[in-house]
Amino acid sequence: MNSLGFPILSLMLAVPFVAGLACLFSSANGARWIALLATFANLALGIFLWDAYQIGGPQWQFVERAEIFGPFAWALGIDGIALMLILLSVFLMPVCIAASWTAIDRRVPEYMASFLLMETLMVGVFVAQDLYLFYLFFEAGLIPMYLIIGIWGGANRIYASYKFFLYTLLGSVLMLIAMLWMVNVAGTADIPTLMAYDFPPDAQTWLFLAFFASFAVKMPMWPVHTWLPDAHVQAPTAGSVILAGVLLKMGGYGFIRFSLPMFPEASAQLFWLVMGLSLVAIVYTSLVALVQQDMKKLIAYSSVAHMAFVTIGLFAFNRQGLEGALIVMLSHGLVSGALFLCVGVIYDRLHTREIDRYGGLATNMPGYAILFMLFTMASVGLPGTSGFVGEFLSLVGAYEANSFVAAIATTGIILGAAYMLYLYWRVVYGVQRNADAAAMPDLNRREMAILAPIAAVVLWMGVYPESFLAPMSNDVGLLLARIERAAPSSDSQLARTAAPATPADAEHGSAH
Amino acid sequence: MGYSLQLTLPELILSGASLILLMITAFAGDRSGRLVTWLAVLAFVVAGFVIPGVTDVGATAFDGLFIADSFAAFSKILIYVSAAAAMLGAMGWFGRDRDYRAEYPVLILLSAIGMGMMVSAGDLLTLYVGLELQSLAAYVLASFQRRDNRSAEAGLKYFVLGALASGILLYGVSLLYGFTGTTLFAGIAQGLSEGVSTGELFGIVFVLAGIAFKVSAVPFHMWTPDVYEGAPTPVTAFFASAPKVAAMAMLARVCVEAMGPATFEWRQIVIFMALASTILGGVAAIGQANIKRLLAYSSINNVGFALIGLAAGTQAGIASVLFYMAVYVVMTLGSFFVVMKMRDEAGQPVETIASLSGLSRTRPGLALAMALFMFSLAGIPPLLGFWPKFFVFEAAVQADLTWLAAVGIATSVIGAYYYIKIVKIMYFDDPAPAYERSGFGVESALILLSALFVSPLGYFLIGPLSQVSQNAAGALF
Repeated sequence: MNSLGFPILSLMLAVPFVAGLACLFSSANGARWIALLATFANLALGIFLWDAYQIGGPQWQFVERAEIFGPFAWALGIDGIALMLILLSVFLMPVCIAASWTAIDRRVPEYMASFLLMETLMVGVFVAQDLYLFYLFFEAGLIPMYLIIGIWGGANRIYASYKFFLYTLLGSVLMLIAMLWMVNVAGTADIPTLMAYDFPPDAQTWLFLAFFASFAVKMPMWPVHTWLPDAHVQAPTAGSVILAGVLLKMGGYGFIRFSLPMFPEASAQLFWLVMGLSLVAIVYTSLVALVQQDMKKLIAYSSVAHMAFVTIGLFAFNRQGLEGALIVMLSHGLVSGALFLCVGVIYDRLHTREIDRYGGLATNMPGYAILFMLFTMASVGLPGTSGFVGEFLSLVGAYEANSFVAAIATTGIILGAAYMLYLYWRVVYGVQRNADAAAMPDLNRREMAILAPIAAVVLWMGVYPESFLAPMSNDVGLLLARIERAAPSSDSQLARTAAPATPADAEHGSAH
Repeated sequence: MGYSLQLTLPELILSGASLILLMITAFAGDRSGRLVTWLAVLAFVVAGFVIPGVTDVGATAFDGLFIADSFAAFSKILIYVSAAAAMLGAMGWFGRDRDYRAEYPVLILLSAIGMGMMVSAGDLLTLYVGLELQSLAAYVLASFQRRDNRSAEAGLKYFVLGALASGILLYGVSLLYGFTGTTLFAGIAQGLSEGVSTGELFGIVFVLAGIAFKVSAVPFHMWTPDVYEGAPTPVTAFFASAPKVAAMAMLARVCVEAMGPATFEWRQIVIFMALASTILGGVAAIGQANIKRLLAYSSINNVGFALIGLAAGTQAGIASVLFYMAVYVVMTLGSFFVVMKMRDEAGQPVETIASLSGLSRTRPGLALAMALFMFSLAGIPPLLGFWPKFFVFEAAVQADLTWLAAVGIATSVIGAYYYIKIVKIMYFDDPAPAYERSGFGVESALILLSALFVSPLGYFLIGPLSQVSQNAAGALF
């Protein structure tokens, strides 16, 4: 039992699950209120969890463990990294429910039940300390998301839901085989133990690739990202928020929790695979985003580019890179979620996502224009917003690892500014070409209440990231200690490696 | 002799019961149908309760012809439970048209006796006798709706192909007998342990081919879709459950007890059949328009996964096969019970997949149950159907067959496609004309039970079930 005296993590899993079952048996309005209350209750529990989490305390806190059968155990526990991702999930859930308050008008109880089930599974992924329990939560998320896209999605929803389901399933089944092999060799399914277990380096490569197949699809990395634009475009607004906000983070979380600490040698060995794919993603998907006519598709491609910053930071093998990657994950969760909500706001009014159908919204929707501007800037990475902190740190980390990688990745920032500002310009500025778009009312109170808290957190994370970095820094340090032995050699630390250093080199080195 | 009779007590009870019930039907006619059915269920219950009493590790009856070990006990209980469930489901289905005949439960009883013999066989001839008893009853069941052309065709097809398979099996038996000098499993194992001669190899291949027909593993699966489609739905449900368990258990026993020393030889065959079944079962199901044909391919697909556990050839592998069959039977029976509920406004059974369209809005409960079965058959956690696949692949990995596990699990994604297609049709498409409403009868209760079993509530059973299957598998080694 943990320091609180009650199983708070199990409770956080149980609240949305029970509420989801209750939704199935209630009316449309009842389901809405049940879902809102349950997600707020979980948010309260999450804040309480953050408050009770001891920074600098034991690595794993709030640990629970109950053996079920064989190697399978109900083992829960979190570190700082998981804590932050849980907070992100429970923070976005009430937002999602509120965003679907009027937009979803058919089969509401089933919709709310799917979302609450989704919340249980997302939190479950981050709290699981048993390898198989993790897999269970990781994989089970397919079912509610398949239903959400397929039932409440847009015109081409069937294709998108199939693609989402089969892509992610194929990715993760290979991971299961790798897990079976690992448990067979290590004799335990306990994640903390496995994180310290040294697998033979030649086996690590295969294990890494099997996990990579799963996380790369989930992340998503180029070239297995093609399910994401389809799923995003067809999903309802709240579905997109959850997809971009939390589901994509599972890939990054997987890299941090499994790939890096369990297979450090393989991670170093496949450094160029990861970096190469990430660099292609940054440049290619940014260019693709530039020519999109569909707002959601544009943001979806920008997600792929942002996620590539995460992988670059993670595989930089240094503190700046890791912390940067984590902040990009949190920031992207908030910002892309907010951007999808912004799209949802005008989609609800005009029922089209085509950029050309809008224009000059600053005139009739000034409040909307300000908030949309803030999130656009955060996505671009303007200093003062959360996007800057994350991208800056991961680029610093990348530079320390390899200057070539950093050079190419930085072009992504420029391209990012280009496609986001181009989008903003076409939608919000210019002349009001379309009468119906010009007649749209500004944000109502509900929409304001949805977007304002996200805006506040985005600014908070941009101005004082330490609140979010502090709980994670200890765990990042432990991860670093684990992987440093395998860190690939770097081309940008001449002063440290070249010994004896010539005066010129030393001077050059100190300039960093 | 007395001891031998004691060990065969479950079979004796069922044989006695079937003869008595046959008399009742002969004199009372078809109006005794319901009574006979419940009495047959009672016979299954009694026989099932007798089994633990007669289980004795390694005990053999009639000089080794018949084995009553915990492996046989596990399989028999599974067979009895699924046969009884299939029988109960049939009552309401046939009863609608007043064509329920009292012979039906008797035939299932007889078939179950044959299945009991199959899983208890310690000799190739006992095996053959059990197999034929099971099959002969099954041929009659397939053509049970005499006035229906499709049913008659299914019976005939099953009979002709079944006879061919029996011939192949017998040929293999005669080869093994000729080259090892005995039909006893223990003797054959002894003969094979001195190296496998060409003749023995041929014998192994033919015996495996004959049994593969019974489990409907590719490439001996051709009869399955036709027979499953043509036979009355409750009969199909029965075919897909109990006889599959019996044939799979029999295959496991033959492979381990009789052909254990030739593991290297039969493993290649089993691996081929496993992969061919998972792939063909997955691909061929995609284009189907008839739900019974689709479930037939689904059963081929599932048999493929169970064979992966057998290919491991270890105790954990056999245990995973038993576990697989136990969960498979529930999922399959559950789906067939849902199919039995599919009747149009006029009360006529419908079998098209298109008629399931929009079921989630016309019959939400039924659609939810079917969705659970489909996701479970696809092996998506947290549903119970994930765990049998898990154990099978775990066994394969432990037996150093990681590549087989990786390929096998990749093929499961093909299968997932058509399972989620059913969910798509029920949940995403516009409603088709609603099915006829029916009260909450035995069928509904069985659907509810199966749905609860495959839901995460079933996790409470994983522990005991895997323990029992481990013990049962231990009896073979």
